[in-house]
Amino acid sequence: MPGPAARLIVLTGVTGLLIVLTSHASTDDISPGERRSGRDFMAPETQAIQADDTANPGMLWVLQGAGLWTQKAGPADQSCASCHGAAQASMRGVAARYPALDAATGKPIDLTGRIAQCRSERQGGTALPRDGDELLALTTFVAHQSRGMPIAPPDDARLTPFRDAGRQIFTTRMGQLDLACASCHDDNWNQRLAGSAVTQAHPTGYPLYRLEWQGIGSLQRRLRNCMIGVRAEPFATGSDDFIALELYLMQRAAGMEMETPGIRP
Amino acid sequence: MTKALVSVPKTARRGDIIDIRAMIAHPMETGYRMGPNGVEIPRRIITRFVCTYGGEEVFFAEFFPAVSANPFVSFSLIASASGTVGFEWTDDQGQTESASAEIVVT
Repeated sequence: MPGPAARLIVLTGVTGLLIVLTSHASTDDISPGERRSGRDFMAPETQAIQADDTANPGMLWVLQGAGLWTQKAGPADQSCASCHGAAQASMRGVAARYPALDAATGKPIDLTGRIAQCRSERQGGTALPRDGDELLALTTFVAHQSRGMPIAPPDDARLTPFRDAGRQIFTTRMGQLDLACASCHDDNWNQRLAGSAVTQAHPTGYPLYRLEWQGIGSLQRRLRNCMIGVRAEPFATGSDDFIALELYLMQRAAGMEMETPGIRP
Repeated sequence: MTKALVSVPKTARRGDIIDIRAMIAHPMETGYRMGPNGVEIPRRIITRFVCTYGGEEVFFAEFFPAVSANPFVSFSLIASASGTVGFEWTDDQGQTESASAEIVVT
């Protein structure tokens, strides 16, 4: 049994931690010069997996996506390539601009949503499940065409309210742990949470292959993970809240290099 | 649709040591995990990987449940003659997936 003095020290330690977590106002943005991709927080061995296309398992989904790109589907009997041609040219830089405004609904839509929309409305095919292998593969393939390009969020005033809503979500405390995204990713990104680097949460490599998942996953899957981590109820997949958050995150990472398919531990 | 990526140099000089890489999408389900409601997820793993060079077996590996999903194998060969480098993965249900690449040796 620790004596009263030892117990006091333990208590002070815990309180000290709580003070660190609560005293920050969660409003300090990371300055542009300080921004770092999640890649820079990884071990050199993991970085090497991402850098080498013959070792990067995310390339398996790029390969699958390339196959789906030319596969005809639906009553229209059209493939993606029937309209868009070679993705290497037509899809270059597209992912760097998403989420973008969907003129029909007046709301932002993310890349996965756009591909799903194209498939159900133009190809007339059966809707693909949002976190299913096929839609992930197509998204990865399209996003891969922008690899190496800077993230360039659209400069559209109609997106501003949604972006502000995304920022609001990012800085609002939620869940039983009462933490906002910003509590870790703006204020404590140079710390570690247990053994893992906290990182700055820049969505540069999505959809990416997480070694923990042993598969490829979307940004929304990652966000869901974080929300469960702070014991909050995750937003519904594909919901306006998630799209707004994605929109803000892409704005926050504007100018950073696209890495799809990224590798993360 | 098979998702396999193999890397073989397109050309090599006779006697060169060449780097071969092969990766395939596979769940490598160990059989030790429980699914929803405590139902066991049946084992489904690749058990054998074989590489042939000019029709002759030059490398094989046995895989076990500890091997991760989407297994990646890298090894070296000595370039001896032009021909096909073939790859074949066999899983515990007897299904096989294969891939191949051509190499020109001068």
